[in-house]
Amino acid sequence: MATAFDLNNDGVVVIIGSGAGGGTLGNELAQKGVDVVILEAGARHEYEEFVNDEWDSFTQLAWKDKRTTSGDWRVAKDFPNLPAWIVKSVGGSTTHWAGASLRFQEHEFKTLSTYGKLEGANLLDWPITLAEMEPYYAKAEAKMGVTGTNDWPRLPGNNNFKVLKAGADKLGYKECHTGNMAINSVERDDRLSCQQTGFCFQGCKWGAKWSTLYTEIPKGEATGHLEVRPNAMAIKINHDASGKVTGVVYADKDGKLQEQKARIVAVAGNSIESPRLLLNSSSGKFPDGLANSSGQVGKNYMRHTTGSVYAIFDKPVHMYRGTTMAGIIRDEARHDPSRGFVGGYEFETLSLGLPFMAAFLDPGAWGRSFTTALDHYDHMAGLWIVGEDMPRAENRITLHADMMDEHGMPIADVHFDDHPNDTAMRNHAYKQASALYAAVGATRTFPTPPYPSTHNLGTNRMSEKAADGVVNKHGQTHDIKNLFVSDGSQFTTGAAENPTLTIVSLAIRQADYIAAQMSAKTI
Amino acid sequence: MVTIYDGKPGLSRRELLKRGGIGALLVISGSAVISPEHAWGLETSALKPETMATLIQMARDIYPHDQVPDKYYAIAVKGHDEQAGKDAAYKTMIEDGIADLDKKSGDGGYRGLGWEEQRVAVLKQIEATPFFQAIRGGLVVSLYNQKEVWPIFGYEGESFSKGGYIARGFNDIEWL
Repeated sequence: MATAFDLNNDGVVVIIGSGAGGGTLGNELAQKGVDVVILEAGARHEYEEFVNDEWDSFTQLAWKDKRTTSGDWRVAKDFPNLPAWIVKSVGGSTTHWAGASLRFQEHEFKTLSTYGKLEGANLLDWPITLAEMEPYYAKAEAKMGVTGTNDWPRLPGNNNFKVLKAGADKLGYKECHTGNMAINSVERDDRLSCQQTGFCFQGCKWGAKWSTLYTEIPKGEATGHLEVRPNAMAIKINHDASGKVTGVVYADKDGKLQEQKARIVAVAGNSIESPRLLLNSSSGKFPDGLANSSGQVGKNYMRHTTGSVYAIFDKPVHMYRGTTMAGIIRDEARHDPSRGFVGGYEFETLSLGLPFMAAFLDPGAWGRSFTTALDHYDHMAGLWIVGEDMPRAENRITLHADMMDEHGMPIADVHFDDHPNDTAMRNHAYKQASALYAAVGATRTFPTPPYPSTHNLGTNRMSEKAADGVVNKHGQTHDIKNLFVSDGSQFTTGAAENPTLTIVSLAIRQADYIAAQMSAKTI
Repeated sequence: MVTIYDGKPGLSRRELLKRGGIGALLVISGSAVISPEHAWGLETSALKPETMATLIQMARDIYPHDQVPDKYYAIAVKGHDEQAGKDAAYKTMIEDGIADLDKKSGDGGYRGLGWEEQRVAVLKQIEATPFFQAIRGGLVVSLYNQKEVWPIFGYEGESFSKGGYIARGFNDIEWL
């Protein structure tokens, strides 16, 4: 039986969210003997309960609470109440993620210096460098079992990868392999190796893919210093007259409001919920929300410049078999403005099952142009574009003026307009990917629009100066010493790489900092 | 094109089966849409059976898959009958939507148009209506999320219980 802490225990660190950031931070602190309560909005589903069925799994795991959208992105039209495809369950989006674990490139920590000022973009250098991050990247890779590091072999390539690789070779791309995946390629950490089942997005029923649900969380619980409280939806962070945070008000499983007292609060609810909570915690002392003296809370929302390209061949592919995202081409990830945009992008293998392909290939489309694509579902190959998008002040999370959730908390509105750099990059990627598949004999290709966002970033960004962002290089808010941000909302800029490895690395680093500050009694 | 016989009351199942012999067709009898050849029928409780027959045709015209039998389109639209039974405004929207579709299609109604292109041209006129969007939007899940249709598209569905694809062809592509 895991430890349970009293609501009035004001010596605990309260973490909001149990995903890559919150789950990792919770375990790291617990290992150091720090008492931690994780408040998780979702229920606890162990991996045996996951389902190999796209809609059933979506029902089980996805964050479906209503949100609104605005802006010129197509998601606002096709999925006006579903801006993001993320998870509300213990383990957060580490249950759903694909496992791609890439380090950022050196220049991606210094985008303002490297790219220069760009009209309509709110670029800023991170207050940390790749060199400072490298030891933490190494710890994260070791913890997560990332293939291609620590002598762990890469995963074997599936059919979808083989098509990608053949196209990459024809186009002359040099860096194409099955990726750096936080999916066991050999048995380790008391977990099986990948069984090539597909359904990575629906939660790995083998536990082969790293998720905080069955790694960090049980390890933290085993120390007696970590309690994970599911079905606990954080509503407001309280503070005292001096401005220090003192506890978190949450709705429990029966919808009843409770307050968990805290010595330190760390917010890790993903880049929509984290700023929503800070904004909703406004008070007489902090009328614009907590940690918002810069006015940057909720701004600079990034979602990666994504898109997919699917292609039909005259012979079968069965792209859905095997590890969904074990396949990457990194050649376009470089910064090379001669292509007509700054920053770069990755190509990664991707497939959807028939139900989600029907929903996402060309949302709203009907008629034979659409259905003949699905008729050849088993002859399809597919890839995903993941590129750096530009932070923009007007791309932001705000509290809805009059719509509330069932707890009376204003719902989040997500506004997003593509920057011209994003559009130029996406079009470049569509062209390259179409050429790649044509080179292998594709008879038809589909430049598929971005899905509801899986990579949500930047809405509590990290900055050297308090005026430019919300948190410092340790994720500690500039305004409130005992309030931290521990998820991807800290990202100053988004880089071209999938964000989870960096979120986990930052959480390990943050745990060291928090523990040291607690020992020194500075917080 | 699906041919519809507007059935007379009391049409026997035997008689239906006999008629079914001439090819793929939907028969309306009492409150049901029946496919004698394929031995399935769909009772309606709120919507007129003629409306249901038109919805089935409309579903096929929106997402035409020639290899998918009518039965799956019927299953995909039957939720509208259930919804209409619970919600009078919804029922009106569907019945009025179908009546409008028939009106726009001329004397023989929507099902009287012989070519898919002709019917699609009518659908294009109503594409922006809440009625059309309700039918199309519902189909995305109700048609493609039927496990029985997945094999028709070569999608194998659940694989955990079979041990994944590690020994079942995750890398069996041979033509590259």
